[in-house]
Amino acid sequence: MSDHSSPESHENVPAKLGYSPVADIEHKPRLTDTDPKAARRAERQVATMFVLSILLVIAFVVAYIGIDKSTIVYIPLFGEVGALNFALGLCMGLGVFLIGAGAIQWAKKLMPDTEVVAQRHEMASPEAATEEAEANYQRGKTESGFAQYKIIRRTLIGALALFPIPLVIMLRDLWSTPAGSPSPDAILSKTLWKKGERIVVDGTYVPVKAEDLPVGGLISAVPADLLEVEEAEGNLNARGKAAIIVIRMDPSDIRSQQGDGWDYQGILAFSKICTHVGCPIALYEQRTHHLLCPCHQSTFDLADSGNVVFGPAARRMPQLPIGVDAEGYLVAMSDFAEPIGPSFWERG
Amino acid sequence: MTATSPVEQVGGGVATYVDQRVGSNKFLARNLGKVFPDHWSFMLGEIALYSFIVVLLTGTFLTLFFKPSMVEVLYDGSYVPLKGIKMSQAYASTLDISFDVRGGLLLRQMHHWAALIFIAAMSVHMFRVFFTGAFRKPREFNWIIGVVLVTLGLGAGFSGYSLPDDLLSGTGLQIARGIMQSIPVIGTWMAFLLFDGEFPGTEFISRLYAVHILLIPGLILAMVTIHLMLVWTQKHTQFPGPGRTNDNVVGYPLLPVYMAKAGGFFFVVFGVIALIGGLVTINPIWIFGPFMPDQVSAGSQPDWYIGWLDGALRTMPNWESTLFGFTISWNIFVPAVIIPGIIFTALALYPFLEAWVTGDKKEHHLLDRPRNAPTRTGIGVMALSFYLLLWIGGGNDIIALTFGMSINSITWFLRIALFVVPPIMFVVTRRICLGLQRRDRDKLLHGYESGRILRLPHGEFIEVHQPINAKELAVITGKTDIAPLALPPATDADGVRNKHFHVKKLRAKLSGFFYSENVALPTAAEIEEGQHHAAHDAAIEAPLHAYEDADQINRAHGGVLHHPGMPETNAEQLANDGGHL
Ligand code: FES
Repeated sequence: MSDHSSPESHENVPAKLGYSPVADIEHKPRLTDTDPKAARRAERQVATMFVLSILLVIAFVVAYIGIDKSTIVYIPLFGEVGALNFALGLCMGLGVFLIGAGAIQWAKKLMPDTEVVAQRHEMASPEAATEEAEANYQRGKTESGFAQYKIIRRTLIGALALFPIPLVIMLRDLWSTPAGSPSPDAILSKTLWKKGERIVVDGTYVPVKAEDLPVGGLISAVPADLLEVEEAEGNLNARGKAAIIVIRMDPSDIRSQQGDGWDYQGILAFSKICTHVGCPIALYEQRTHHLLCPCHQSTFDLADSGNVVFGPAARRMPQLPIGVDAEGYLVAMSDFAEPIGPSFWERG
Repeated sequence: MTATSPVEQVGGGVATYVDQRVGSNKFLARNLGKVFPDHWSFMLGEIALYSFIVVLLTGTFLTLFFKPSMVEVLYDGSYVPLKGIKMSQAYASTLDISFDVRGGLLLRQMHHWAALIFIAAMSVHMFRVFFTGAFRKPREFNWIIGVVLVTLGLGAGFSGYSLPDDLLSGTGLQIARGIMQSIPVIGTWMAFLLFDGEFPGTEFISRLYAVHILLIPGLILAMVTIHLMLVWTQKHTQFPGPGRTNDNVVGYPLLPVYMAKAGGFFFVVFGVIALIGGLVTINPIWIFGPFMPDQVSAGSQPDWYIGWLDGALRTMPNWESTLFGFTISWNIFVPAVIIPGIIFTALALYPFLEAWVTGDKKEHHLLDRPRNAPTRTGIGVMALSFYLLLWIGGGNDIIALTFGMSINSITWFLRIALFVVPPIMFVVTRRICLGLQRRDRDKLLHGYESGRILRLPHGEFIEVHQPINAKELAVITGKTDIAPLALPPATDADGVRNKHFHVKKLRAKLSGFFYSENVALPTAAEIEEGQHHAAHDAAIEAPLHAYEDADQINRAHGGVLHHPGMPETNAEQLANDGGHL
């Protein structure tokens, strides 16, 4: 903008513009309209913002090159932060912000602030256009014989209706099942646990002896086979189903179990996967024997067959029958008797 | 053309070149002066648009560094606590973006913040459109597109949240899979197809990636384009005010004012997001660790826009039934699929339902003030309170912890409140709206109460009523009074039963409910008289003004009408009155 950006400049706009100023709105001139000094001040403000923006981009580049990405600095209010990220965000944010602030200030202070009015027109097309469209449609209808060739019409509709089928059917192999592999519900109903499968601590994978676990104790555990299977399958699917928690309570506290003698001297094993929508659980309150899911707070009473005492889960937590092997290590006595995790249609 | 500078000459040359090939000057002639009304609430949609652009820009950058793969790797980046840990490539590359790509963390955080702002701005924009009736004819299509955009926004947000494959996002996916499995008949198969088998599998991240960076943004972009084209051709709505009618549009021309303001605002939004992205940590995935299907993240909260769904899941009673050997999980299917389905369908259909009930077939370009459509405003506040209650439900553990309450009682409170509070909110809101309408009517009839009490020379006290100013007059009278539909006759003149009588009767009743209590605007004559009356008050008060102008007494605190020669101060007057006021 040059120096003669006087506020009057917007008054010599050409006449025919499709809009006109609103007559009955009172319009108070701004300071920048009446005082050339104020206008010049506004001009300087806007230009300053743009200049600062330029400087901030330069600062950004300097920071990008100059600050090591691992530098941590202490900034009051923000605490310990990564210096590079902080500097880049500050420079880019302020720099971009100032372009916008400058443009808005320019519009507010120096561009005309009188409102203008334009007329609206009904959205509907004029009658003539509608008639012309209608006539064209009729012509097309007769010329194609769409109404007349009934059999063509019907077969065409049939063909179009079937046309998406190939596109949809090819989605089937999204699940790459080898021929003869079990159905989804069979897969969901089976885990790695089987008779004699050792229970090992999750993470360290060491087997557990009954005396390792004091009354009130809890461990997260997985089957001893897990690592091998994970290696072979190349995924975490087995873990997602087989994870259990093993707890020990005073045998006299156990009010009921899902099967006779499924505990071993007060040691109980339950699935770790919530029967609501499948979050892993590990919040166990030893005093009440309640197991709480962190996702939607379903609560299961492990002293009472893992039944639901509160929350949106509808099913009890499946229990794993356990015992010890010849060497005295905890083992599973079988797989779970029911599918673990969330319900599904075929589950029954 | 009065192009003078060399740049303008080149520009003019280009314009001519393009025009001769695509006829662009016709478009420019029509649109460079296009008028855009101004109101702070019109910026909400702009914020949504601009934050979406920021999402696209930052997202494109992120795709260059992110590896959407669940192949296991050993982490060897510069974040020491996770060195040597097994994790998916997706998680490892997100760590790299955060710690080893310069500016990567900034752009990742900008991307996340911009996405949150995008959804928030869309939601608030939608409420603005709802409460001002901007969805009425001819803008129903744009309303539906808006509903679709909000839905897509939620999908974009959720799919993006799940990509880094950290412990939190994986848990989110686990929940999503559990929800999928609750869908009757097809649910289990759907989950197996999408995940290539069991959870978590090895394919899901790359599939979700395609959805997140191609499918959803493509759809959003297409929808946004149509949305804006419709805004452009239908012209923006405006609030009632001086000079504003249903047949015109009052505001600032595209060139230069609107372009400078709206264009400048883009940079403001961009800048603010960059500042937040640089200064405020969001989703610090390095703290959560890699995803393991048997590991737990206690106290985890989803992004804000999922909160209401989470709340619905938490509040639902644990109903499940078995039918002919098949399981129906009402406890999951209802809150996570049916309720959102109903809410979004109702949202999309609302303009048509309202138009049917009111029988209103006119075009509306002048916005309703929310008070002037009390039933609609009531419905909106009702829906809002329902939403907020669900949202509170999503944080019930945090509330329980913070205030030492039991989760059990919060859940029961919500179960009841979800049915009780929204209707109460409806009734109360409707009442408030009608009260405000009455006050508007009073203002027209009697002017507005200035709160100033005057004592006239002969001792009478009056409250000064002032005529409302032209702007307020225009705002209040900018309301359209619509009569409720008449009850249909049961039979026609020949005694033949009216077809669809019951439907028509229901419709007339609903229409009556919608409109009948509305406070009609006074007639022009009544207004005139009211204004006249207020002007009369003002005339009585005039000498006081003259006095104040001289003496700078604050008028807002009332006063005593003085004439020259009257006592000047209270003390003096007190003396004159012999100590009695
Ligand atoms: S997943 Fe455990 S309560 Fe929802």
